Amino acid sequence: MEQVGFLSAMPINEIVFFINKVVVAGLIIGSVYALGAVGLTLVWGILRFANFAHGDLMTLGAFIAFVLTMVMPGLGAAVGLPTAFVVMPIAMAITALITIGLDKAFYQPLRKTNPKPITLVIASFGVMLMLQGLIRLIWGTAPRNMYVTPKEIYRIPFAGKDIIITEPQLLLIVVTVVAIVALHLFLTRSRTGKAMRAMSDNADLARISGISTDKVVRTTWIIAGSLAAAAGTLLAMDVSLKPDLSFNILIPIVAAMIVGGIGQPYGAISGGLLVGFTETVAVFNWSILLRPLKPHLPDWIELPASIAFVPTEYKIVVPFVILVAVLIWRPNGIFKGKVL
Amino acid sequence: MKSIDLRTITLLGGLAVIVALVFIWQGNAYGLRMLVEASCLAIVALGLNIQWGYAGLFNAGVMGFIAIAAFGTMLISYPLNPVFWQSEGPGLLGRMGLIIIIGGAITLLLSRSNRYGVPKKLRTVLTIIAAATTYLMAESALAPAAAIIEQNSGFVGGFGLPVWLGWLVGGLFAAVLAWFIGRITLGLRSDYLAIATLGIAEIVRAFLKNADWLTRGTLTVSPLPSPVPTATEIGFIAARSAYLCVTAAMIVVIFVLLQRGWASPWGRMMRAIRDNELAAEAVGKDVNRRRLEMFVLGNFIVGIGGAALVTFGGIFDPSGFSPINHTFLVLIMVVLGGSGNNLGAIFGALLVYIIWTMSEPAALFLFQHGANLIQQLFDIAPPADLPTRALQMRVFVIGLTIILVLRFAPKGLLPEKVTKYE
Amino acid sequence: MSILKMTDVHAGYGGANILNGVNMEIGAHEIGVIVGPNGAGKSTSLKALFGLLTVSEGSVVFDGKDVTNAKPENLVRGGLSFVPQEFNVFPAMTVRENLEMGAYVRKDDYRHLIEKMFEYFPPLRDKQKQPAGELSGGQRQMVAIGRALMMEPKLLLLDEPTAGLSPRYMGEIFERVIAINASGVGILMVEQNARQALAIAHKGFVLAGGRNSFTDTGQALLDNPEVAESFLGGGAKH
Repeated sequence: MEQVGFLSAMPINEIVFFINKVVVAGLIIGSVYALGAVGLTLVWGILRFANFAHGDLMTLGAFIAFVLTMVMPGLGAAVGLPTAFVVMPIAMAITALITIGLDKAFYQPLRKTNPKPITLVIASFGVMLMLQGLIRLIWGTAPRNMYVTPKEIYRIPFAGKDIIITEPQLLLIVVTVVAIVALHLFLTRSRTGKAMRAMSDNADLARISGISTDKVVRTTWIIAGSLAAAAGTLLAMDVSLKPDLSFNILIPIVAAMIVGGIGQPYGAISGGLLVGFTETVAVFNWSILLRPLKPHLPDWIELPASIAFVPTEYKIVVPFVILVAVLIWRPNGIFKGKVL
Repeated sequence: MKSIDLRTITLLGGLAVIVALVFIWQGNAYGLRMLVEASCLAIVALGLNIQWGYAGLFNAGVMGFIAIAAFGTMLISYPLNPVFWQSEGPGLLGRMGLIIIIGGAITLLLSRSNRYGVPKKLRTVLTIIAAATTYLMAESALAPAAAIIEQNSGFVGGFGLPVWLGWLVGGLFAAVLAWFIGRITLGLRSDYLAIATLGIAEIVRAFLKNADWLTRGTLTVSPLPSPVPTATEIGFIAARSAYLCVTAAMIVVIFVLLQRGWASPWGRMMRAIRDNELAAEAVGKDVNRRRLEMFVLGNFIVGIGGAALVTFGGIFDPSGFSPINHTFLVLIMVVLGGSGNNLGAIFGALLVYIIWTMSEPAALFLFQHGANLIQQLFDIAPPADLPTRALQMRVFVIGLTIILVLRFAPKGLLPEKVTKYE
Repeated sequence: MSILKMTDVHAGYGGANILNGVNMEIGAHEIGVIVGPNGAGKSTSLKALFGLLTVSEGSVVFDGKDVTNAKPENLVRGGLSFVPQEFNVFPAMTVRENLEMGAYVRKDDYRHLIEKMFEYFPPLRDKQKQPAGELSGGQRQMVAIGRALMMEPKLLLLDEPTAGLSPRYMGEIFERVIAINASGVGILMVEQNARQALAIAHKGFVLAGGRNSFTDTGQALLDNPEVAESFLGGGAKH
């Protein structure tokens, strides 16, 4: 490929590689984490416990979308979008209903007994195991493909090379942006949204003001459940639908939530992106970026084949280290002060 | 415990009957194996009971502590690998160790450099740079060493020391890991401990699975040395009986020590902290320190039980550790048995483990027959992976049991006795 | 006609009762003041009548209806508002949003009421977009009272509205309380500054040990040497 002018002096291959592997990939996985963490943080803000079943809610939502896709595979072609994406709103609604059902069946009776917060956490482990068991019982353990037709792949030319982004990735970014804007408007403009913030801010005073706890709790679960379903579906569309997402997604999401400060949806979004980018930066092989320097380096410096902060198999360490670091230095999250 | 009430006698008697039935139904060798495994898990449950039952600390990463303890045991008790010690492997590892020591020392010095007039911000930057450099250098020193070790000698092997020492070291590994986690999270909300332990368990598993040079990873290490003569030497029944004697003796020792501990002023203080943290703090107890003690002690015992369990299995398989088998099953044992009651923890361990092992054939049986029935009635072929799916039913049941116990029997089957110690 | 009548109310948290027979009655548009030593059950009385803890015996009649153990949200709808002593604002929400939350159960347009609150509490107007948590103690108290007034209650319950405030703000809050009462809102408040509070009270209730020890008009209690001796710190000054 011929390059003219200053571009020829730039290591275009490497830069594009970096954009594809770090910028795009980080944005994608960060968006998934953000969507998951928002729901988790809202639940924690309102109900005051960490819902460990959240990762499995994402999986459940994705499987519901999968079933809907299999039932009406032609739907997507009619609209010009992937079928799984077209049915996603239905999957979100169903997941939201299931989430409310789970609350009614398992969390609400426990809440009535005024338990220690940890009791609800343990209950959420119970719900997590139940969901995990059911999902694998019904759909088995093999990974599945959400796409009925081949994925569209967009190539954005950049200085002679292509930045690659696939259709589900693009959709994921669009959905994340739309979800954030919608959530912002909901929380700051609507009566129920403000009531949610009030309950998260001062639950007793919210009750005294006549805000119905039941309604706020229901709304919270609806938002958490539907965002989880969206995140799960879009992630499954991007990679593949796996039933064992659970812990692997839960730890980064919890890290994102704690980085952002508990009960703070905007914090959760930034936290999700931060965790996503850190993950991709940490597993990125920096050696590739240094390669163009090789001719200019003295011989005694030997470039190792791989310089990555963390080998890919230890990816789960990254969110955990972030989590621990935040717990040590800033247990209230890095965006102190602003709640909701 | 001064008197054993009727409820305890009935429940223990019932358990004995169930054990006898298993022996009759499945044979002595099977029954003994189940009992040995249950007794190892009972030790783990006793450890968890210290944390959850007595200190109110929720450990969601028992699996990680069992795994690290099993690794410690393997490292200590597995025979020496002469090929490794004669190769350049030890030298390369030594070099890495040296890098870590020197880099660590420099990092530590820099982190305190503000005492010698270095501005705080500069100190932070320098410390981070030093830590990152040390980390990257150690990492790049490890990569070739690991490759050479794996190529020439498989893995580093063990030290060929006695098994009991291995168990002890395994327990210590678990305790040290617990100390780090506890230091970070015990001062914070209880949810954080759950998250941190859950995370560390996954990390320990990922590490053991991928550090082939140290653990042989997915290739697994076997046979692990046994503390008693093995089945090939004296037969299944004798070997398993001997092992059961060892674990039973351990349970008795741990049980007696714990009971005496709870009756002592130390135990009284622990209960006070659990039941009324604020009051305990108000009278000047260092609550977090006491909790850390409990958490570390609990994981030490968890580690010993886990090490015994893996030693009995005879194989160190990093992928064999699972949150279901090694975390949530034990949690159920403690909450169902009666959190805060050591006898309850042992009872819960035996009962839950028997149900768990028996539920495997039961689930398979049910699903096979259900599937056949559906095939006959509706002509729908069952999925090929029906057995794997059937076993997932047990995961569901564990989850449901946790919730049902929390809701309907939060104190368990053998509740903690509110005893007045004179 | 009385707006509120508590008859022989017993209530507590779980085990032991804190209230062992409290009787109170105040008329519409009156100021009632509850005074008494620490632990006498002053705040507990307010909580019990607002449905925040379970009344085990006795009855609460508000505005002609039996509201014993009614849900707070229903009481709010019925015209009863409560300002707790602590944590009485939504710290992360703006002043304006705090006032809006006070009107949560209203379905009508309540913007003129927010305007009215700014007239009652002028300092709040400039700060309406600031988070309530950033305000000074006195201004926070204004937000708290303003929030409670957004329902245009018939009776306003105030739990130690001047606790922890500087004397300047204390006076201001008392002035506001009188002004609010003058606009037709009945007031029932718990006060540590018993003398000042009784001076503006139509009815006074001296609680001790979870039951009434004296019940009279505010002025009569101030003049009662026994009350002055035991509860007001020193003899009557009048």
